Amino acid sequence: MTAVLEKPEVAATAPPASRPLAPRGAGKKILVYLLLIAGAIPTLLPLIWLVRSALMESGQIFVSPPQWIPKPFAWDNFSGALTQVPFARYFLNTLILEAGVLVGTVLSCSLAAFSFARLRWKHKNLVFGILMSGVMLPYAVTLIPTFLFWQKLGLVNTYVPLILPHWFGTGVFNIFLLRQFFLSIPYELDESAYIDGATPFQVYWRIILPLSKPALAVVGVFTFLGVWNDYLGPLIYLNDSDKYTLAMGLASFQGTYTAQWGYLMAAAAVVLLPIVLLFAFAQKYFVEGIALTGLKG
Amino acid sequence: MASPMKQEARWGVLMALPAIIGFVAFTFLPMIASAVISLTDWTIGAAPKFVGFANYTRMFTADDSFFKSLWATLYYTLGAVPLLLVVAFAVALLLNQPVRGQSVFRVIYYLPAIVPIVANSMLWIWLFNPDFGLLNTLTEKAGLPRSQWIFDESTAIPSLILMSVWGFGNVAVIFLAGLQGVPRQLYEAIAVDGGGAWRKFRHITLPMMTPTIFYSLVTSVIGALQVFVQAAVMTEGGPNDSTLFYIYYLYRTAFTNNEMGYASALAWVLFGVIMAITVVLFRNSSRWVYYEAGSTR
Repeated sequence: MTAVLEKPEVAATAPPASRPLAPRGAGKKILVYLLLIAGAIPTLLPLIWLVRSALMESGQIFVSPPQWIPKPFAWDNFSGALTQVPFARYFLNTLILEAGVLVGTVLSCSLAAFSFARLRWKHKNLVFGILMSGVMLPYAVTLIPTFLFWQKLGLVNTYVPLILPHWFGTGVFNIFLLRQFFLSIPYELDESAYIDGATPFQVYWRIILPLSKPALAVVGVFTFLGVWNDYLGPLIYLNDSDKYTLAMGLASFQGTYTAQWGYLMAAAAVVLLPIVLLFAFAQKYFVEGIALTGLKG
Repeated sequence: MASPMKQEARWGVLMALPAIIGFVAFTFLPMIASAVISLTDWTIGAAPKFVGFANYTRMFTADDSFFKSLWATLYYTLGAVPLLLVVAFAVALLLNQPVRGQSVFRVIYYLPAIVPIVANSMLWIWLFNPDFGLLNTLTEKAGLPRSQWIFDESTAIPSLILMSVWGFGNVAVIFLAGLQGVPRQLYEAIAVDGGGAWRKFRHITLPMMTPTIFYSLVTSVIGALQVFVQAAVMTEGGPNDSTLFYIYYLYRTAFTNNEMGYASALAWVLFGVIMAITVVLFRNSSRWVYYEAGSTR
């Protein structure tokens, strides 16, 4: 991964080290296309099924053999699903959580990463190593004492247990990733700022952070996805249904309206849609982030 | 005024402090607490009672659900991980072919991986529906018998394995990044020797990819051992405890039965299992994982 993060400005678009040799001849090309299309069918079919069910009236959903084209298009599945359960409320709750977690993660992880990458202090590497050892521990081990702790403080059924830890750099992998990135920025930039009388915080805020937007975007995208997908956290900490997140609301909806597949698939599509949009706009950060985490070894 | 060195060290500690506090408060202390709690009989509402290793002996001598959950989790892991890696590798090879429309296919193949896990679970309950679901529609078209999928003890885990393989996108992206990192000169050398596609794959691609494969293997195994949402949302551990995944069993023990002591002991045994499997994988890795001499990775 160090190779990919060599220079900040190329990190998001690091050119491949090699390109495989082009397929020779039309025959091989056709074979590649055939395989690509053959594989795309089972990949897409479940999603097509999701969309067709979300747009189908229940009468047509239960026709055997199943039909593929909704007739008529039941757009009111969406309004139906969205009014049966307060999805707008869940959406707002999820956004509040996202905002709290995102700001906390980016700030606390980048602060720590800056300290570990660019400042000199005693036992720095030892402390960094100890922090990193935390990734080895399965979350199940800390789950119960952490819950009991928040319960003791009377903060269960609030967003505090779901947000506050993220203000204390608990996403240690983010610290690792940002530190790698910060290490690749030329140190002369800091030095000239220090000569002009800047404090380390000013260097962090005015020089390093603005140069690290691609890495911060990767951290941001994956933190966002983590909160959007989290089910266990809200399940344990949130009791009142008006505090539910989208993931929880969706799961409880599934428990209540078992046979209304049009509604259920419309609701699932509503939860999926923002992620598809995020992917459309931040595709390179998705791919970059996965590739980085993957090449960490 | 303090010397610049001292000042730098002060800033360094200060900026890393949130992360250090976070590690102590949300990883280190909970870990110690969890170990202590695992030695107690503690039902929420009553006072904890020290029982030594009784929770651990109970697990191995008097708890059928423990063995069922361990078996379900190992079965799932053993089935899902190899299939996932093989499918992801095949897809990555295909997506690495320089043909027109490559980027469109990359998006298509990655789409399933971004579906939020709760929405994904709902979608698959519907796909698995024995009467009106997509999967039985397809098996019938192919002249195969209908299946009860997740609604039958014997097919529940294989069904969830199938579902997990559909999310191959993340691993495929990691493999794709690995394939792009294989130095092109190596392929050219084989081409000079007159080697065909199979020789290139067998003697260059595969050996050069083993570190990436190994990394994906370890992370996928650790992830699969902690599978939770599918049991919580889709099957509630059933039918007949066949999908009582370990974390789900732990969750029920802690948050339905309120047995915090026993649940903590379960968490430590899981930690032990994960560590043991990881150590075995690392020990064996020297036999098949190829690290290029002088490689920085």
